[in-house]
Amino acid sequence: MYQTTYHRASSVAEAVNLLSEAADGKFVSGGQTLIPTMKQRLAAPSDLIDLRHIPELKGINVDGRDVRIGAGATHAEVAGHEGLAAICPAICHLAGHIGDPHVRHMGTIGGSIANNDPAADYPAAMLALNAMIHTSKRALSADEFFTGLFGTALEEDEIVTAVSFTAPDKAGYAKFPNPASRYALTGVFVAKRPEGVRVAVTGAGEDGVFRATGLEEALSNSFDPSALDGITLPAEGLMSDIHASAEYRANLIVVMAKRAVQAAMGG
Amino acid sequence: MAEVSMTVNGRKVSGMVEDRTLLVQFLREDQGLTGTHVGCDTSQCGACVVHMDGKAVKSCTMLAAQASGSDILTIEGLAREGQLHPVQAAFKQHHGLQCGFCTPGMIMAAVDMIRRYPGGLDEKTVRAELEGNICRCTGYHNIVKAILAASQEMSGKAQAA
Repeated sequence: MYQTTYHRASSVAEAVNLLSEAADGKFVSGGQTLIPTMKQRLAAPSDLIDLRHIPELKGINVDGRDVRIGAGATHAEVAGHEGLAAICPAICHLAGHIGDPHVRHMGTIGGSIANNDPAADYPAAMLALNAMIHTSKRALSADEFFTGLFGTALEEDEIVTAVSFTAPDKAGYAKFPNPASRYALTGVFVAKRPEGVRVAVTGAGEDGVFRATGLEEALSNSFDPSALDGITLPAEGLMSDIHASAEYRANLIVVMAKRAVQAAMGG
Repeated sequence: MAEVSMTVNGRKVSGMVEDRTLLVQFLREDQGLTGTHVGCDTSQCGACVVHMDGKAVKSCTMLAAQASGSDILTIEGLAREGQLHPVQAAFKQHHGLQCGFCTPGMIMAAVDMIRRYPGGLDEKTVRAELEGNICRCTGYHNIVKAILAASQEMSGKAQAA
């Protein structure tokens, strides 16, 4: 790891200020992606501004079917939250399958979506749940927030503070994890509401997380795995790497979508 | 340089370290606590697992400065008054190790796992929960046996108490 200077912020305002004084600073939350990336010298921020001790980023609030998750909530906290499990168990299931138990004690939802790794789990949930992403400057819909491979609408000095959404009638998440990294080789989150079904895919798109509109139409007509029988997706725009070809991922999207619907229906 | 201070195994420690110093380096090189191992160094293997404020974390994936102010427990801090912790004793009894390199991380992960499942564990859960710890000898069978035995003993004790 190259040299860096560590700062600990105690408020969002202080964190923004610390970043503005740094030559090439970066915010760090749980650090489960950033620290390994720095160890590999793929990132070399002059300054690290630690957000982990900021009280206003913490906490999970469930009010009826309205959910607000602080950006500093760890994956373990989301996975184990009883109020959340009662109205949207799919997001608890998703959080409980990120990385491994030790990673889940540190990694945060804010860090995950700000990084927008094309194989991360949370971006799919945010997009399918039609979540709002709250930042130190504004609130954005997930559709506006995720802009491409590791790309978000965040400005350099903008911090994700929370996410919020209304629990859908039904939701499910299924992923085919890379056996080594546990990242999604392909993961699909489905959310059913009276106005229709949203389907978001992670791990597969060349431009990161995306909505599978063809699957959304089929599932809006009939929310059942069999509604996806016979549907094939084109491989264009999907990732090919040593783990899986674009054609394989195209097939996995449909398979994972069926499993996600099955999970949403309760098993 | 960063000034870090934390409680390690019940003892207050502090030091001046480079900001980029990893927690595992601080523990091994500054504190001489070499029980915590560095295996893969890429956050996969879990040989470096310690507890921070009561939760299992990977000490190779955190700066010492990030851990400043916290309460750290390493493998050296588990035994009490010369008595092995029940998980250590179970690993010994069930031969839950071959070369022993992954053992400190396995035991710290197991203690954390047992804490999170006070109602007890089954084999499937133990195997799933061990996904962040790799044994290159592939000695999982006895590791799982040891964790199940320790879990049973510890929950039995809790019920008796």
